[in-house]
Amino acid sequence: MLKQIGVAATIALGLSGALTGVASAETLKWGAARDIYSLDPYSYGDSYTLSFLNHVYEGLVRYDADLQIEPALAASWEQVSDTVWRFHLREGVTFHDGAEFTADDVLASLKRVSDPVSPLRGNLPAYKSSKKVDDYTVDIEMTGPYPLLLNDLTNIHIFDAGWLVDNDSEKPTDVGAQIEGYATYHTNGTGPFRLESRVPDSKTVLLVNENWWDEAAHNIDRIEFVPITSAATRVAALLSGEIDFSEEAPAQDVPRLSAQPELKVMERTNLRTVMLGFNRKPTLDNGSENKFNDLRVRQAFAHALDPKLIQQRIMRGKSRTAGTIVAPDIPGYSTELDTPYLYDPEQSRRLLQEAGAADYPFTLVCTTDAYVNEEELCQGIVNMLSRGGFKPQLDIAPTAAQAPKRTGGKADVYLIGWANEPMLDSYSILVQMIKSRSDTAGVFNWGGWSYPEIDSLIEQASTEMDREKRLDLQTRALELVKEEIVMLPLHQQPMAWVMDKKIDKIAQAADNKVRHWLTHVSE
Amino acid sequence: MLVFIIKRTANAIMVMLAVAMLAFLIFRLAGDPVEMMANEQMTQADRDELRERLGLNDGVLTQYTRFVVNAAQGNFGISYRNGQDVLKLIAERFPATLELVFLATLISLLVGIPLGVLTAIKRGQWYSESLQFVSIIGVSLPSFVVGIVLILVFSVVLGWLPAFGRGEVVQIGWWSTGLLTPSGRAALLLPALSLSLYQVTLVMRLVRAEMLEVLRSDYVKFARARGIPRWRIYFRHALRNCLMPVVTMTAMNIGSLIAFALITETVFQWPGMGLLFIQAVTFLDIPVMAAYLCIIAFIFVLLNTAVDIAYAVIDPRLRTAQ
Repeated sequence: MLKQIGVAATIALGLSGALTGVASAETLKWGAARDIYSLDPYSYGDSYTLSFLNHVYEGLVRYDADLQIEPALAASWEQVSDTVWRFHLREGVTFHDGAEFTADDVLASLKRVSDPVSPLRGNLPAYKSSKKVDDYTVDIEMTGPYPLLLNDLTNIHIFDAGWLVDNDSEKPTDVGAQIEGYATYHTNGTGPFRLESRVPDSKTVLLVNENWWDEAAHNIDRIEFVPITSAATRVAALLSGEIDFSEEAPAQDVPRLSAQPELKVMERTNLRTVMLGFNRKPTLDNGSENKFNDLRVRQAFAHALDPKLIQQRIMRGKSRTAGTIVAPDIPGYSTELDTPYLYDPEQSRRLLQEAGAADYPFTLVCTTDAYVNEEELCQGIVNMLSRGGFKPQLDIAPTAAQAPKRTGGKADVYLIGWANEPMLDSYSILVQMIKSRSDTAGVFNWGGWSYPEIDSLIEQASTEMDREKRLDLQTRALELVKEEIVMLPLHQQPMAWVMDKKIDKIAQAADNKVRHWLTHVSE
Repeated sequence: MLVFIIKRTANAIMVMLAVAMLAFLIFRLAGDPVEMMANEQMTQADRDELRERLGLNDGVLTQYTRFVVNAAQGNFGISYRNGQDVLKLIAERFPATLELVFLATLISLLVGIPLGVLTAIKRGQWYSESLQFVSIIGVSLPSFVVGIVLILVFSVVLGWLPAFGRGEVVQIGWWSTGLLTPSGRAALLLPALSLSLYQVTLVMRLVRAEMLEVLRSDYVKFARARGIPRWRIYFRHALRNCLMPVVTMTAMNIGSLIAFALITETVFQWPGMGLLFIQAVTFLDIPVMAAYLCIIAFIFVLLNTAVDIAYAVIDPRLRTAQ
């Protein structure tokens, strides 16, 4: 019996091997540093999972290779009033199972994503309701004037209404209810690729969608997505040719990989700005008076750090030194603000003396698994601060262990990175990190500060429909952040993609997301 | 006998309950899973509500009781990380780990026993002394170093074997096996080798020590006097008497191999239970961690109980000892 199964399997494999052999020229083996969490785009809104699923599912709008918003499932749109947007849907689009794309699909998807238990609800704030005008027109109503709806919609992937109903998945999967969802295992999108198979932590295979509505810029027939968590193994797989592409080339292996004749490495800095935040409660966790509330202490802190040393030694010359808390590609960025604080440890000591905080002891809370070279970075910061007259202590551990310390206000100074995902607008960091803490804002305001002047600028921006005026308000808020050193920016992180030289065209945008529907392989 | 088995089973249940309790005490200190699950845009209100819905605000005892009651009904919940049923998730990974452990054990016996015999009968020869020395390295090298070196040699330099993954697998019922396909067998080789290295040296040293003991015994001397061929004495008469402790140790070690395969699995991206557990730990995926710890404890308890019962069957004195 077992033998028969074996024989059957061998024959089946032989056949599939023969089949893939024909198409192997256009198979792309993608080795990632981690697996996606789920096939359901409305699970925990993890940016990486969403960007992978964008190969299968699409939103009403999408980002192009230069991170500009362009039409996708919506062909055009206009504003009917301050709070109502009208979307004209693309006609003739079909889902992978053949169902036609219509207004009902948009309504069902928006209903699913805005459900009270939807984990992705936060990605569509200010959403009120949606209404079908005709089969190819949808009105979306917001709770008030809200300028960033299009940015949000890039990440709201559209499901087929009939498919959701048939598979009892109209509501999102709720971890609290402890029941699995059909969409966790199956897909039915409109995107350039459709799912062939998935074995979690092993392999996810995508096949080209021949009926895609858009003109394909890619020539890939098959994508084999394999997660390889261990960096050394991933490098070995690249060297032995077992994978063709990875968007996570370990920094220390870049020279070795570049030296390989059949590989090429593409490097740049991404959108994620790494910065330091300060506890701003009246007392520190140990009960002593919190001197970080004195601007001079924060200035001393800034002057004690040597941006050149960090860039050249710790980051191996690959990072981009930042003077403001957002990257240049993020709307709201201003060149005038992007000058780092002067390195001057003498000045630091003087300022600390004046503030009565010489030899000021505190704890720097860092993580080990979130940012590029963060262990070296935190160690370096501690050394530089000691030279500048502080008495820092380093507390470094995995994110899972550090998260409660940071959210609970137990971290005196902490390291955090922010890419402004998925909004790609400086409003994201302003509302989530800089604004005073409330139920709907300041989740990442771990230090607990409150600047009424900045808050009012952010509030004005949140309803300002004129883009220029809105960005002016946000830039003004960023200016105050810099003056007050609410957060102290360090740099934008480097990223390195490595690939087989047969890949002759690939879109590497600053958001570090892979868009293989723009990848071309030489034949 | 029946009383003995009931006693052992009750003991086993107590051990598992204690493991689960310890697990929940550790989770309490490990951090806040909601911070790992929530994305950047989630508001504070939604975070608090999620924490409440997951029952993370309840006391340790309440959470523990809920877990035990659900687990007793075979319900371990769904994973925080990927929304899949935990028991199904572990069942999917179990064959991969078991095949790996099985092959590693086989290698350790097939290589370890002959080497042990050789180093015992050729004591003092240069090659058996160097084998002894190499075996010290085998015991002391951490398994991730062994794995990386194997990958470097066999995948990168020679290009013979794949560096990661499980190759093509064949599904037989719920069991997925890589043993039936060429790529599956090729993929199994390196991880099994790296996992078995420590075991090989252990078996070799154990066999050597036992062998030296046996070779001094009277019946071996007598056999020699009778003129029986040497290889027959060594492999037929002497070796047989060395194998009891080897078998016991191998059986007991299968449990630890399953538990410690997680390092090998991480290096080779082997989709087994260990890889699942490591990822659950970094994500604070409490349902998966709790279920994994309980299942590993269960395997250990099961092996121990089986060995104890077997001993009791063999040696009647143990039945009345307590």
